[in-house]
Amino acid sequence: MTLEADILELENDLNAKISAAPDERALEDIRIAALGKKGVVSEKMKTLGKMSPEERQIAGPALNGLKNRIAEAIAKRKDVLEEAALARQLEAERVDVTLPVRAPGRGRLHPLTKVFNEVAEIFAAMGFEVREGPDIEDDFHNFTALNFPPEHPAREIHDTFFFPPREDGEKMVLRTHTSPVQVRTMMTEKPPIRIIAPGRTFRCDSDQTHTPMFHQVEGLVIDKSTHMGHLKGTLEAFCREFFGVKELETRFRPHFFPFTEPSAEMDVRYERDGAVVKIGQGDKWMEILGSGMVHPNVLKACGLDPDEYQGFAFGMGIDRLAMLKYGIPDLRGFFSGDQRWIEHYGFAPEEV
Amino acid sequence: MKFTLSWLKDHLDTDASLDEIVETMIKIGLEVEEVIDPAEALAPISVGYVKHAEKHPDADRLRVCKVDTKDGEMQIVCGAPNAREGIKVAYAPVGAYIPGIDTTLTKAKIRGVESLGMMCSSRELELGDDHDGIMELDGDAEVGTPLADLVGPLDPVIDFEVTPNRPDTNGVRAIARDLAAAGIGTLKPLEIPEVGSTFDQPVAVTTEAPEACPAFGAIVIRGVKNGPSPEWLQKRLTAIGLRPINMLVDVTNYLSYDAARPLHVYDIKKLNGGVHARMGREGERFEALNDKEYSVDETMCVIADDEKVLGLGGIMGGTSSGCDETTTDVLVESAYFDPLTIAKTGRKLGLTSDARYRFERGIDPASIEDGLQRAAKLILDTCGGEASTITVAGKPPVEEKVIDYPPTEVRRLTGMDVPESRQEEILSALGFEVSRGGSWSVRVPTWRPDVEGKADIAEEVARIHGLDKLPTEVLPRLGDAPRRNPSLSEARVAAAKQAMASLGLLEAVTWAFTDEVGAAHFAAQPKEIHLLNPISADLSVMRPTPLPNLLLAASKNAARGAESVRLFEVGGAYTDNTPKGQRTVATGLLWGAGPRDWRSSNAAPSVFDAKEMAIAVLEAIGAPADKLMVFSDEVQGYHPGRSGQLRLGPKNTLARFGELHPSVTKAYDLTGPVAVFEVELDKVPAPKNKSATKPALDLPELMPVRRDFAFLYPEDKPALDLIKAIQGSEKQLIDDVRLFDVYRGKGVPEGQRSLAIEVVLQPRSETLKDKDIEAVSAKIVAAAEKLGATLRG
Repeated sequence: MTLEADILELENDLNAKISAAPDERALEDIRIAALGKKGVVSEKMKTLGKMSPEERQIAGPALNGLKNRIAEAIAKRKDVLEEAALARQLEAERVDVTLPVRAPGRGRLHPLTKVFNEVAEIFAAMGFEVREGPDIEDDFHNFTALNFPPEHPAREIHDTFFFPPREDGEKMVLRTHTSPVQVRTMMTEKPPIRIIAPGRTFRCDSDQTHTPMFHQVEGLVIDKSTHMGHLKGTLEAFCREFFGVKELETRFRPHFFPFTEPSAEMDVRYERDGAVVKIGQGDKWMEILGSGMVHPNVLKACGLDPDEYQGFAFGMGIDRLAMLKYGIPDLRGFFSGDQRWIEHYGFAPEEV
Repeated sequence: MKFTLSWLKDHLDTDASLDEIVETMIKIGLEVEEVIDPAEALAPISVGYVKHAEKHPDADRLRVCKVDTKDGEMQIVCGAPNAREGIKVAYAPVGAYIPGIDTTLTKAKIRGVESLGMMCSSRELELGDDHDGIMELDGDAEVGTPLADLVGPLDPVIDFEVTPNRPDTNGVRAIARDLAAAGIGTLKPLEIPEVGSTFDQPVAVTTEAPEACPAFGAIVIRGVKNGPSPEWLQKRLTAIGLRPINMLVDVTNYLSYDAARPLHVYDIKKLNGGVHARMGREGERFEALNDKEYSVDETMCVIADDEKVLGLGGIMGGTSSGCDETTTDVLVESAYFDPLTIAKTGRKLGLTSDARYRFERGIDPASIEDGLQRAAKLILDTCGGEASTITVAGKPPVEEKVIDYPPTEVRRLTGMDVPESRQEEILSALGFEVSRGGSWSVRVPTWRPDVEGKADIAEEVARIHGLDKLPTEVLPRLGDAPRRNPSLSEARVAAAKQAMASLGLLEAVTWAFTDEVGAAHFAAQPKEIHLLNPISADLSVMRPTPLPNLLLAASKNAARGAESVRLFEVGGAYTDNTPKGQRTVATGLLWGAGPRDWRSSNAAPSVFDAKEMAIAVLEAIGAPADKLMVFSDEVQGYHPGRSGQLRLGPKNTLARFGELHPSVTKAYDLTGPVAVFEVELDKVPAPKNKSATKPALDLPELMPVRRDFAFLYPEDKPALDLIKAIQGSEKQLIDDVRLFDVYRGKGVPEGQRSLAIEVVLQPRSETLKDKDIEAVSAKIVAAAEKLGATLRG
């Protein structure tokens, strides 16, 4: 047999095996059997050394050609096999993507937290900082320093919760308003003072529209020039921002609070559209908050000279603000801990 | 405080409409709560004529009437006995609201016969008490005439809120004065009649309690014929919700509402000797006009005759000396009682009355004699008789109050420019006497106990001038760009809430108080944190932790069918009743496995879920998580073997976590474990480093190496000790120690568990060689063995 015929036969044989290789492992076996150290092609290559230069000149290129063609055939076959294997893998890995996954975290913050935050943000932009005070107060901070004389009927309006009398006869109280924080702030800080004080407040009252615990935010400005015009400008700006309205009509009505003089309640215009209350304009007035100029007796009780310092204070119900803005119909749901209520009226953490 | 429009017009000369009057009251601070205008209620009612009436085919007592009305002929079924042909009636059409029966009429079929509208009785229209039949109107009245035109003038009733600073507005006259000052009319002069006396006041009247009752004025009227008061007076009292009794009593009520001047009348024949205001004595009792018996004591001011207590001064009289139809000689009392004494007594006895309401807010001390004169005049006019002189025991505390008032004060406090002349006009109209100058001297009228200083006077000017004229001004900016700058405690509360909501919890807000039984699961309750006057027994004590309230909420949610509960609250917990006894606690509660999921097992929440969340909250609020120590001391209310505390140092407990004691869980009807955590937000130390700069980033260039170990470890030893020992065995190289499996069972002896631990080694300067790793492994094994762990083969 001639060398040529020999190579041709070998090549045909190998090509047939390569084409028939069912997988990569079989192909690798073929590669080793052909091109490995002891493979048939490699063995043939070894014979080159024993040939004469003339023979080698012919056999050399022929055998190298064979080696390259076989290697190439193997590589091609490998590609085909790999592609097929990948296709099989992909098919095998197919899943039903309609299977449901768990709902994302459904944690919710209470609407009161949202409103506290909104109120604090709006007032912060007007230079107000937040101050806090304790829920349990003494008579001085809750009443006397705020110009509620002992036994004065104004105290009775507050339906105060009391604790048992101490040895000196004084009864601690659950604060009936956030105004004690005014006193605490004025007694420890120097004017100019510009603060809000949100927090829990308590009155011994419970019906459709009252709960024994509720929430207020107090505001206080003390300096040497702030007057009721500033009070009006500040509260109108707050309401426009809070309720997200451009136009807001307010009405200041004289009222009585022991700790302010002059005192006024602020009403805003509103209209009802089904269950939705639209604040800002309309044919009805809604009382939103109480306010006034800090009473000289309060300034004195806190160590400030009422002829030198002046300023305004206001207080409003946060629960009510939340109800109005977010269309929450009933106050009692606020404190029920009913998960359905919180999931419905609450806010995702990134919304607050 | 209620009054009628005609009553107001006794004092105010005005053409203003009801609406104008109401609007003005609101504008000047007399907060109108309700206006009842009977004319409005009558608006839909008009005259009808019964053309034909016949018996209802199916009902003996009903009649089917054909009625001529403004709406044409109507068929109306009527049950009134006087419904008959030929009478004029008060016709209410379908759609009309009938106040007396609180019903809006609709088309009806009555026993099969259609009925369109109604013929009304006077009671149904709240025009009277007659309900024997329908109203029969004047035969000449034309069909369709509004009923309001026929029934004569209707007197609207205005109800408004009297603020504690304005006791004078408990009298109609003060309302008229305010309205006149606001330009809504002219205040009519009040004529105080001079009642001629025909004899000296014969009863010995004294006040032996000059502090509680500084002044006691009296007049006697002899020979009266008591009986019903005149119709105008009865109508007024009825309109404002008072029951007419007899003339002598009605006069006192009338002046109480007309002039805020409480009075009292005594039947002289029922007195034993004189009338004395004095302090009560232990053991004394009397029967008050509300038919209840009261015991008095030495803190209360009583009115007594020579023998016994007659009544409580300024609060309520007694039955023993009351006036009735047989009274012929009457003593009228007009006194001044100390507001504080009245308030204390009223509160102590739980006794309210119109007199108490007025005295405790402060009446005009100068009104004693005027009150007696006016009362005497009214009594003489109606009941006849003759009047005595007036005597006043003691001296009313009428003080001369003159306030130094700079007219610039209004501008200073309100920003409004009110011309001086206008200020003077307003103050004068309100009864202040003004002497102008650089700074004004303003004399305060005796009926205004609330006015004490220049701010009060500025308020008077401002409210009458009108707060609608307030300027709108912006506060000057403080600082460069004001923005939110939360305090540490505020920031922590916010961060804790965010963390818990991000972990899937729902924020609840529950009462700061709770029930004693619930509280007692978690802490002993000192008496001092019990409320004296709780709203209800189940909200009677300040909560020592939010847990009882969250448990109650969990229980209710479960009872409503919730399959899991995941609640949290950030709020107060109370150790004692001082401001310092309040802690801010972030509390979470988990119960129930929640919805099943095809990809993961749904185990009930456990102590470890609680621990994980507690640590997450602590990290969120900036606690040094790497320094936390875990303790397993028993905590009341928690499962003793499935709870723990996270502390900084041995004493400072930052958080408690665990499953609740099964007996607590059971008390709230919850089955299965309840996992909770409580993080004490105030206990976390403030961060020391205030700088915004972050420490430099140190990125090792070499790859970390990981090695796994499995140790047999006694059950009763804390796993954390082993982890810490391994961590400490080679501080340079060991970057992290992770426990990734706990195994009990085959191959692990009783009383032991197998802990699988992965150690991460982080080379810093050169790649680790086999011998380096072996050396570290040896150290790790040695450290573990020292604690009683054995390396598994």
